[in-house]
Amino acid sequence: MIDHLTEFRKETSAWLEENCPVSMRGQTKDIAELYWGGRNSDFTSEDQKIWFKRMHDKGWIVPYWDKKYGGGGLSPLENKILAEEMTRLRCKQPLFSFGISMLGPALLKFATEEQKGHYLKDIVDAKIRWCQGYSEPNAGSDLAGLQMKAVDKGDHYLINGSKIWTSYGDNADWIFCLVRTNTEVKKQEGISFLLIDMNSEGVEARPIQLISGKSAFTETFFDDVKVPKENLVGELNKGWTIAKYLLTHERQMIGGIGEADQKFSTRDVVVDAVGLHNGVLNDSILRTELVTHEMNLAIYDMTIERAIDEAKAGNNSGAASSLFKYFGTELNVEAMEIIMTAGGMDELAIEGEATSNGFIAKRFLRSKGNTIEGGTSEIQLNIISKNILGLPSK
Amino acid sequence: MALVLNEEQAMLKESVKDFLNMKSPISALRELRDTNNPDGFDRSVWAEMAELGLTGLNISEEFGGLDFGYIGLGQALEEAGRTLAASPLVSTVLLSTTAINLCGSDPQKAMLLPELAEGNLIMSFAHEEKTHHNPTHVATTATLDGDFYTINGSKTFVLDGHVADKFVVVARVSGAVNDKEGIQLFLVDSNREGIKVNRTMMMDNRNAAKVNFSNTSISKENKMNLSCFEDLEKIYAIGAIGLAAEMLGSAQECFEKTIAYLKERQQFGVAIGSFQALQHRAAKMFIDIELSKSVVIKALKAIDTNENNLTEIASLAKAKLGQTLKLVSNEGIQMHGGVGMTDDVEIGFFIKRARVAQQTLGDYNYHLDRYAKLRGY
Ligand SMILES: Cc1cc2nc3c(=O)[nH]c(=O)nc-3n(C[C@H](O)[C@H](O)[C@H](O)COP(=O)(O)OP(=O)(O)OC[C@H]3O[C@@H](n4cnc5c(N)ncnc54)[C@H](O)[C@@H]3O)c2cc1C
Repeated sequence: MIDHLTEFRKETSAWLEENCPVSMRGQTKDIAELYWGGRNSDFTSEDQKIWFKRMHDKGWIVPYWDKKYGGGGLSPLENKILAEEMTRLRCKQPLFSFGISMLGPALLKFATEEQKGHYLKDIVDAKIRWCQGYSEPNAGSDLAGLQMKAVDKGDHYLINGSKIWTSYGDNADWIFCLVRTNTEVKKQEGISFLLIDMNSEGVEARPIQLISGKSAFTETFFDDVKVPKENLVGELNKGWTIAKYLLTHERQMIGGIGEADQKFSTRDVVVDAVGLHNGVLNDSILRTELVTHEMNLAIYDMTIERAIDEAKAGNNSGAASSLFKYFGTELNVEAMEIIMTAGGMDELAIEGEATSNGFIAKRFLRSKGNTIEGGTSEIQLNIISKNILGLPSK
Repeated sequence: MALVLNEEQAMLKESVKDFLNMKSPISALRELRDTNNPDGFDRSVWAEMAELGLTGLNISEEFGGLDFGYIGLGQALEEAGRTLAASPLVSTVLLSTTAINLCGSDPQKAMLLPELAEGNLIMSFAHEEKTHHNPTHVATTATLDGDFYTINGSKTFVLDGHVADKFVVVARVSGAVNDKEGIQLFLVDSNREGIKVNRTMMMDNRNAAKVNFSNTSISKENKMNLSCFEDLEKIYAIGAIGLAAEMLGSAQECFEKTIAYLKERQQFGVAIGSFQALQHRAAKMFIDIELSKSVVIKALKAIDTNENNLTEIASLAKAKLGQTLKLVSNEGIQMHGGVGMTDDVEIGFFIKRARVAQQTLGDYNYHLDRYAKLRGY
């Protein structure tokens, strides 16, 4: 067993060294630089294409999915080794996809074999880019209050209503939606989980501009949209369970984003900008903020490590995703605040070559969304107090 | 090494928990205080702890110990933190035994470790001289004259110093007060001439003596083998991690008591735990405790696997637990309202232990500063 894993690590590392192009290594500064797949998006470089193809041939786009769904069939330990080696060699992810991090886990648990074969394969092949249709103008934190209707018309459902804050809604091919299929019952009990092709007649995605200047999400309208019945995942009116399950995966992903792409940089950025005197940061107040942040970041990593070890030992606690979502995003927001303080006037620039076109300023503004998307920080604290601590509702 | 306990370690933890709940609950600490106990702990309970093997957890089998490593001792300390058990576990087992393990000569080990494992010896580590933990501030001197060392100086915050049979004294054989070079450890019997011990009861009802050495003479075989300053830092690092484990136990217990009270206490016709202002603060404490568990187990394992970044991990652990226990013990009182201020209720015992543990081997500020230095800024 040990021998096999040692051997696997050696082979993996050698393979990555040989096959990962130099330009596909290094810190991922912005997830936008990764390959997202889908009908409309192309590779941004030849290296990106080569890297995707090679990883795809290996089955390592989603290494831990079953081979019959296009995955690599790796055991959890093998997958961990591959991830460690990729981090060590600083290989970029070959494909960034909500299909992998959000929809995939839900399909694996709740979809029919036929659906899995079809949809999971398209995710791995980067044929379909997915977006998430949960929130509505009047259903944000109170997600179960959603109103977008799906009416049974015999051979299809007829959809009317709208979704909002659909991340990358204008670039996505398909959308996984929560829809209202029963209005007579408790709100959680009349929700279904439906997959919708955004090419269908009656779907329109209108971009909304963010404070960071980018237009990364849309309001998405559905006007008499016909959706085949086989696009329903799980049972009718049982969508809330799927929704919550998917959210735990989404929250872990969001909690991890800050961690992965900030890890190496906050301290370096601050030390560069502020400078040292006798080995001590020139700004003693900022030094306290930075070291507090760094300590919590290091301990957050240890907590992820412990959660993985505990899961392996069979002591799993599902509500942990709220902890990671809350703390991971608060850390990410804090890192951006520290970097802004360190940069002073320079990092206020939003345009101009000299400041790499406001890279930091835009990231700072975008980071404010981390504690909102995927369920706000306040909602995560609510979940912890109710589901873990068992504190009563009023 | 996985960040979970193995079966043996989990069983040890359980049995210590059962034992302390029965023999050394918080009410026992109250009684020690109210009866003005001269030792500050219960000698019969200490003897039973020795029988359970707790005094030999970090001693190898060769010397009569259980060889459970620091992950084992950490579990015992965590449980002791839960019931705020007063005992020489920190002074003797965590600090002095560690010093002997790391820096004792072969004859010193052969003589002392079996006695320590049996629980026959109470030892105190005499190092602090200032108001705050300071490893380089060693003004106490040890001067060699023939076959004897003469010790002069004043130590403060010597845990359990009033009942120690022996001290491990940090003293200077050369150099100036803040030099890293020239520091050595000495084994000194507490009944030697020229030693004056002032018992000082601390806020947590435990004892930390002021000890004065005035021309105290000891034979030179009592010099230990501290080879460099890093060795001393290693003893402090292990001590800080052990304290962090104890503080983790206290934080969990204080938190659980507070959550129970939030569910029980009614105001405005509902349980106060239904108020979101309190719920969110409770949830944040929960997160801090989860983070604290991770850093403590990581740090304990780092001792046993001899990681070379032990000082860094020790600072992480001690700083985090300092912050967590401070938060939880403060909130514990606030969320109990007026009743939290009364001596009748146990919640107030936690803030007292919190503050003493916080100062022992470096407070939050100390470790924050050191972590930053170790990280190069
Ligand atoms: C960058 C970004 C990307 C997003 N991407 C998507 C996406 O792809 N798909 C999708 O479906 N949605 C997406 N969202 C939407 C996101 O999930 C919602 O914005 C979020 O759940 C909050 O809902 P809301 O905006 O309606 O705010 P509200 O629910 O109106 O909240 C407003 C404020 O009230 C607080 N609040 C609300 N209820 C409570 C309560 N019970 N207790 C305490 N405080 C409370 C909130 O915490 C918040 O501070 C995205 C959001 C952002 C910012």
